[in-house]
Amino acid sequence: MKRETTHTPRAGRPGIAWALPAVLFFFLFAAAPMGIVGYLSFTDWDGLSDPSWTGMDNWSRLWNDDGMRNAIWLSLLLTALTWLTQTPIVLLLGVWAAGRQRNRAVLSAIFFLPLLASSVALALLWRTIFDPNLGLSADVADWFDLDNADLLGSPTGAFAAILFVTGWQFVPFHTLIYQGGARQIPQSLYDAAAIDGAGTVRQFFHITLPQLRNTIVTSTVLMVVGALTYFDTVLILTRGGPGDSTSIVPYLMYETGFKAFDLGYASAVAAALVIVATGTSLLLVRLTGFNRMRSTREGM
Amino acid sequence: MRSPNLRPRLRFLAVSAACTVAATTLAACGSDGPGGSSDSLEVWVYQDGSTTIQQDFVDQFNENSDIKVNLTEIPGDNYQDRMRTAMGSPNAPDIFFNWGGGSISDFVEEDMLIDLTDTLAEDPEFGDAFLPTILDSGAIDGRHYGVPMRGVQPVILFYNQTLFDEAGVTPPTTLDELLTLVDTFADRDVTPAVLAGGDPWTELMWLEYLLDRQGGSEIFERIRNGDSSAWGEPAVLAAAEHAAHLVDAGAFGNNFRSVSYTTDGASTFFAQGEAAMHLMGSWEFPNQLSNQPDFAENDLAWATFPSIEGGTGDPAALVGNPTNYWSVNSNVEGEKWDAAVEFLKLHASDEYAAALISNGDIPTTADAESLLDDAPTPDYARFQYELVRDAPSFTLSWDQALTADQATPMLDNIEKLFSGQLDAEQFVEAMQNL
Repeated sequence: MKRETTHTPRAGRPGIAWALPAVLFFFLFAAAPMGIVGYLSFTDWDGLSDPSWTGMDNWSRLWNDDGMRNAIWLSLLLTALTWLTQTPIVLLLGVWAAGRQRNRAVLSAIFFLPLLASSVALALLWRTIFDPNLGLSADVADWFDLDNADLLGSPTGAFAAILFVTGWQFVPFHTLIYQGGARQIPQSLYDAAAIDGAGTVRQFFHITLPQLRNTIVTSTVLMVVGALTYFDTVLILTRGGPGDSTSIVPYLMYETGFKAFDLGYASAVAAALVIVATGTSLLLVRLTGFNRMRSTREGM
Repeated sequence: MRSPNLRPRLRFLAVSAACTVAATTLAACGSDGPGGSSDSLEVWVYQDGSTTIQQDFVDQFNENSDIKVNLTEIPGDNYQDRMRTAMGSPNAPDIFFNWGGGSISDFVEEDMLIDLTDTLAEDPEFGDAFLPTILDSGAIDGRHYGVPMRGVQPVILFYNQTLFDEAGVTPPTTLDELLTLVDTFADRDVTPAVLAGGDPWTELMWLEYLLDRQGGSEIFERIRNGDSSAWGEPAVLAAAEHAAHLVDAGAFGNNFRSVSYTTDGASTFFAQGEAAMHLMGSWEFPNQLSNQPDFAENDLAWATFPSIEGGTGDPAALVGNPTNYWSVNSNVEGEKWDAAVEFLKLHASDEYAAALISNGDIPTTADAESLLDDAPTPDYARFQYELVRDAPSFTLSWDQALTADQATPMLDNIEKLFSGQLDAEQFVEAMQNL
């Protein structure tokens, strides 16, 4: 044992001191705040006076809070719908973008654009587009002879708008992941399938899809955790409204903490979100066997 | 070549680098920041069209003072969050812009602000310079923590004179007349009143006036003083029913819920002649004047909010933001406090009032009347001035008067009332449980 530890530096591996800056940063900006949030969730704090210990009050309030239930339901719904709508789109786009067709590079670059802008700027842009009197949605309502263009004003419309805007924004990113995944699939598999008489569709379902298994898992975990923590789009586009129809958990947390300044309760909401999001991603990783992931590349 | 001798040195370097990073970070957290420095006054102001006046007067003050004022402009929307967060930290401003009432009541409770009541009373040229209703609107339990520093901002019923002339109608003096006008304009394919439902504080303006006309200003006065049972008054229910009725009658068209005021969705629509009325703070006029000057000069007209048949409220009463105030952090003392008082006194001067007027604002100083003819639009200035001077009460916007933890759910409930997710009775019940 002792021999090994003294031996390690000689092998040219950096000592523990090399990890110190990263560890300190992680501790200061991730672990410590999370610990403080955990502590605050047991207190009543308005941000001005000292926090006062209230034990489990925030947590039992959390359990019985209709606003929180509504937020959890909306977050889960948004997450599920995000996955269901985005996955087929990015799978097809990604596989297509991995090919060698004409104009592919140009079109891919265009699809990629929304990812480059800040989500706040995009949400502001969409808010203007959705203006029912002056925006593009007013024209669309005219073309289809709808009686109003009040998309953000109806609970389902506002929810759909969030789903659409976040989808539009994040599709390019996941497309990129799938493109990379699809490019890794050896051409020899397709060549062999072609000799056996498999068409494009069959090749897709029997080669591309199974070979992309790990890519699907990666993209799913990112999508789920991302959707559970969407915030800026909701803040700018709907502010949780109308009423609380788009008040998902991260927005509820913000509103409780930085509008109502009930920072103790907001910390409880935040801690609950951390638990749920971590639990969900662990569960996903376990269910999909991602943690035992081996290379699926043929012959490797 | 890797030399074994180098190892300890590298390790030392790495450790000291890491320590430096950590130490700087910790030091930054613990430092006093700008608020703690002894030779200057940190002043925070909400950034808008009037901020240039503040900068001018800060420059003027700094010429003659050893203790300099350092003005920080905080951009719009997030002012409240940032100020509140800063006040809980060592980086708090010494003097800051606020709306009085609930926007500072938590600070008062924590003894974070200096009580200015005696300072105002000691110097008649300072304390008596302001209209008493305006000073009182920002007071907390009868004590003054703020010095008025902006123009008055009552909520006014703006209307499009040209559209009214075309329809052959006059501005409504009663709610029934307003409802008749709703039909008149709906028949003419004009939105009767534009409402920016995406920003629920614009819906709040309607409800504030409806309650004030229905039951008088006393009801919200009670609510503001902590008596939440006042939400159960019949007048609150009646006001909520009036609001729901206006929505159902199509007063705001069928699109209003996603209109945004902050992105100019309402004001532009109004200026395009698509809507006949717009209930908005007095700042709507200077905004229109700079964004759509043709509309502001030719079509834009103004009126008081109509009364309600059977209502007990005074039809001359106002709602809105009486003005904005400077408040002083309680850690300001000694020479800094003397300088702060001198700085605040500048805002009672005729020069300051004149600067506000030439910017299109109506100052809150009692003798501003003589200056009104110098305003860019004297008609509008005089209308506003007389409105405020003759108002028996001036109710501070509910979202500013209440504390943050009540104002946020209140705005949610109002949004639900206007979008039909709550009916009037459910609204009253939700407000009582606030």
